[in-house]
Amino acid sequence: MLKINKPIRVNPTFMQVIRLLGHGFLVMWLAMVFYQGFTDQLGGDPVQSLLDFTGIGALNLLVISLIVSPLAMHLKFAQLLPFRRPIGLYSALYALSHFYVFIAFELQFELKLIVSEIIERPYITVGFVTLLILIALSITSINAIKKWMGAKWFTLHSLAYVAVILAGLHYLWLVKSAWYEPAIYILFSAFLSILRRTKIKKIFK
Amino acid sequence: MLFKFRNSNSLTENQVTDEAVYKQRRDILKKLGYFGAGSLLAASTKATAGPFDWFSDGDKAKFATSALNFSKIQTDASSDVLTPMDKATSYNNFYEFGTGKDDPINNAQSLNVEPWSLSIEGLVEKPITLSYDDLFSSFDLEERIYRLRCVEAWSMVIPWVGFSLANIIKKAQPLSSAKYVSFQTLYDPKQMPGQRSRFTGGGVDYPYVEGLRLDEAMQPLTMLSVGMYGKTLPPQNGAPIRLVVPWKYGFKSIKSIVKIVLTDKQPPTTWQNLAPDEYGFYANVNPRVDHPRWSQGRERRITDGGLLAQNRIDTLPFNGYDEVAPLYKSMDLRKFY
Repeated sequence: MLKINKPIRVNPTFMQVIRLLGHGFLVMWLAMVFYQGFTDQLGGDPVQSLLDFTGIGALNLLVISLIVSPLAMHLKFAQLLPFRRPIGLYSALYALSHFYVFIAFELQFELKLIVSEIIERPYITVGFVTLLILIALSITSINAIKKWMGAKWFTLHSLAYVAVILAGLHYLWLVKSAWYEPAIYILFSAFLSILRRTKIKKIFK
Repeated sequence: MLFKFRNSNSLTENQVTDEAVYKQRRDILKKLGYFGAGSLLAASTKATAGPFDWFSDGDKAKFATSALNFSKIQTDASSDVLTPMDKATSYNNFYEFGTGKDDPINNAQSLNVEPWSLSIEGLVEKPITLSYDDLFSSFDLEERIYRLRCVEAWSMVIPWVGFSLANIIKKAQPLSSAKYVSFQTLYDPKQMPGQRSRFTGGGVDYPYVEGLRLDEAMQPLTMLSVGMYGKTLPPQNGAPIRLVVPWKYGFKSIKSIVKIVLTDKQPPTTWQNLAPDEYGFYANVNPRVDHPRWSQGRERRITDGGLLAQNRIDTLPFNGYDEVAPLYKSMDLRKFY
């Protein structure tokens, strides 16, 4: 493997521009796909298209947020680290949109059905637990709360690794037969957890 | 202000290059001597469309369908709102062309259906082989509007053109030992990318096979369809000939059929082979028997309109075709799902 000893340091303004572009891109993309959904430009079943887009989007963002730390360490590129929080928050935003599309357009606010689906369908239960984890992590990512929580914060935020594996399981469980893609997500998430095993172990001891 | 994000395959009339101009372009290329190199590149990009369409030269031709002559039959679903044709032809499950809903329309346009051969064989007195032209001329064609309920809990209303399967089975004169009818889709990995690898074909062991009990096959509702919306079938919907069994989940309605065999034993079916605990041989639409992973009690009817126009309706036993209920008298439909 390529060994880079020299730390990477780039112009902070450049990182700021990348950050703003990232915000713009992720917000615009989500807004655009919703707009297409409302104006009937998402193919035969706009609800399914939106569910797929927001679900896969949330999972991809969660995986990316977890890649940041190992990548920053490997490349000695500390300026990447501040990207973790916004990417994680976007993952939660996409996951919330996913849940909103599910209850608003798939189940059309049939309250009884919402409750029974979450309880009775294992893949929906797993998805819902993932969403709760992401919401908890989002709320506790506020600086004041983070400070107040101290060391407990790191324990709580290790749940991101649980979330990514549950999200992969949620995906694997809902496909009809093409299980390869979700399997790749799960394997990759497991690999990420192994990369960070020492850190995770330390926290749970 | 309305932004219109056009799909890669929704070409408009004015985008069609005049044939003369198109050929001229090739001539010019040939004269320049680039044609050899150019066609080499073209071969590697294939007919896969996607977000990188900008890089292809947009030469992809749409499959040509033609108008059919038929009489209109009043059906139970005639008063239902039709699913728009562009939705019924762009949102398909046809894993032979990929597992995504828009894979079939993107990957199936070059399917060659002429010549075609459909054989009816097995336990019959007179085996029949139909050529492409025979499919449209052997029987009087009728337009019937049917509801289609997918096992994934969405549904459409589609005007099919075709004839009762019973017509062709009667013509072949089934032997008294015949109890079941099995169907097989074209197997041609060269034309069907999903059949080339387990990864693109959803793990299905091709060719796709389906089956019916003989009395189900003889039920007049059961039809072989050669067209929809007044024209011959596009390949993503199962050109040139497909089955339509409106009281069963959509996966029973096998597409692009090449072989029909009458048998004395219950034939294997693709989805039952894949997951026997989730998909049975009968697969009758039944709101009281849930799929192990999702509810079958209600369905989302795909008609016009965006997110706000979605209508969720109750799923009816036998998809509302109560006349078939006597076929299953004294059967436990929970056990034979």
